[in-house]
Order: sequence, then C-alpha cells, then structure tokens
Amino acid sequence: MSGDTALQEKRRDAMKVLSHVPAAEIETRMAALPVPPHQDLRAPESGLVMVRGRIGGDGAPFNLGEATVSRAAVRLQGGQVGFGYVLGRDGGKARLIALCDALLQSSDHAQAIEKEVVAPLRARMQQERDRSAAEAAATRVDFYTMVRGEG
Amino acid sequence: MTAMTVELQPGFADKVLSAQSTFRMVMEAMARPGHVMPVDDGGGRPPSMMAGVAAIALTLLDQDTPLWLDAAFARAPDVGTWLKFHTGAPVVTRPDLAGFALVAASETLPDLTSFALGTPEYPDRSTTLILQVPSLSTGPTFHLRGPGIDGVTSLAATIEPRDLFARLSINEALFPRGIDVILADDQSLVAIPRTTRLSPAGA
Repeated sequence: MSGDTALQEKRRDAMKVLSHVPAAEIETRMAALPVPPHQDLRAPESGLVMVRGRIGGDGAPFNLGEATVSRAAVRLQGGQVGFGYVLGRDGGKARLIALCDALLQSSDHAQAIEKEVVAPLRARMQQERDRSAAEAAATRVDFYTMVRGEG
Repeated sequence: MTAMTVELQPGFADKVLSAQSTFRMVMEAMARPGHVMPVDDGGGRPPSMMAGVAAIALTLLDQDTPLWLDAAFARAPDVGTWLKFHTGAPVVTRPDLAGFALVAASETLPDLTSFALGTPEYPDRSTTLILQVPSLSTGPTFHLRGPGIDGVTSLAATIEPRDLFARLSINEALFPRGIDVILADDQSLVAIPRTTRLSPAGA
C-alpha cells in the first residue's frame, strides 16, 4: 500500500504545480514528449462547485459562493485514468492536466513527465512566488515595542 | 505502478447533442408506444450493456435518480463503475426505492409489484423499467393498443421474459399507478407505457 500512497502523493504534488501554471507552458513542454495513444473518458466540461468557508479556527462552515471549474478525464491505452480539475473555464487545460496525471501513473512515462514538465514548472512557480514574496518583504515595516522591565 | 482493475469506458462522444437526441427519441417513443425508435450509438459503453440501454442511462440518469440494477448488471464489474462515473446515480438495492431499473437478463427480473408503483397522488413516482432485450426487429408479433396508438400497432420483437405483457397486465388494475417499460436492444428502443395493452391477435 505504501507504493500506492507514494504514487498518490506524487500525483497530488504534480497537480499542485500544474493547476497553477498557464496552460500554454504545459502544452509547449508536453509537445516535446512522446505521448502514447489515449482517449477522452470525459470530454472537457465546465460546471460549478460550491466553495465552503469558515471564519476563525472554530467557526461553523458556511457556503461562500460558487466557483466555475472545468474537468476532464483521459484514459491511456494501458488503462491508466487521469483526472484534471481546474478553476475557471479552460477545458483544454483540464484535459492537459488529466493527460499528465494519467502519464504519471504509467511507469514508462512517469519519469519523463516528472523531469521535463513538472519539475521545471515547479521551479518556475517557486521562483515566481519567491519574487513576489521578496517584493512584499521589501515593503515590510517592523514595529518594536519596548520590553517592559520586570518589577 | 498500480493498474486499474476495471477498464473504464467513455460515454457519449458528444455529450450534449447525443443526450438531447436520445431524450427526444425516448419522449417520442413514449408518445408512440410500440413504435421502434433508432438510438445513436454515440460512444463507449461497458461490453455487457447494449447501446440502447447505455444511451438511455447516459441521458436519463443523474444523481437524483435512484437506480436499481438486476443481478446480471450488478455482477458485471464494469457496469457499476461506468454508471457511477458518467451519471453519478446512486445505486439502491431495494427495487421499490428506484426511479429507474436496468435489467440485463430477464430471468433475474423480479415480480413487477416489487418496484415502485407510484402513489395515487403522485403516479409519476414509479420505477421506469429499462429492459435489455435480444431483438426489436425480429421475433413473434405483438399487437398493441392504447393511447398514442391509432387502432392497433404490431411489434415484431424477441422479448425476454416471454410473458412480459402478461406480467404488465397489473397496470390495468393499478391505473393511474403502474410501471412504464422501455425495451432496448443494440440499435433501437421501444416504449411500453403503463396505458398500453396487448390486443388479442388479429383484432
């Protein structure tokens, strides 16, 4: 079972990256890789999901509002099924992500996808985040409070 | 690497258009009982399910329609997963809770009174039976009459169970409650709503 959880963890990590980067970037990186025959199990479609929220750590959950999501499912010839869910109406991106997810489960392609697609995009995303964090950090103001003396 | 245990099949190739045309066909079939309507085989389905049944399932089922599967469909490993993936319909084990019942093999068709028959106030809350039959183009001829039929219509079909129309005679006493049936084979479907009766041969 540990193999299963490791794979799931890997897929989850990949999704964290892929859902946040622009579709065009995934597409250009995927174009360089050999993609085995596959078919759409669920053609890209858009719908709504209810987003729930809480206020405070112990607040009761409430319905915040609905968000548009697109989803797709792709099956490789080997039987691996990949799923893609993205916020927004970009069905093509959902399909692309689903294909990546399926390829990650196939032993022949997992390495290549991880190395050529996910890893560089993860590095870029991290870079982007560091940059914006640095920008925000530059404007940080520290307030010091005098420590009240004992006694 | 884990391999998927069940080969999941796709549904309609064009979800919206196929569902719309199938819905139209089912509606037309219900309006003209005994009339054979073509269904488009627009996509994938589990191997044990005929195209007509698959098209009806993809069109009519959703998360609000409790679904009952007969033993043959329930045994098939791919059918449950496929229906769950594409329709999201909850599968129930009690036939009297089901909005739709999919029946693959006639020998596992339970007594029709075990399905939901509707109530006098809400006769529409009955189970619609979707029955997979060998052929709707060849076989013994059945003469049908009732609303939607001008006089008598004949239907040549191989229907299992053979005594289906005898079993459906419970509809006469139950009206307005009753069971609606859709027969489906690989290319076509025929509706036998609760008002349709078997006419004595040649009448």
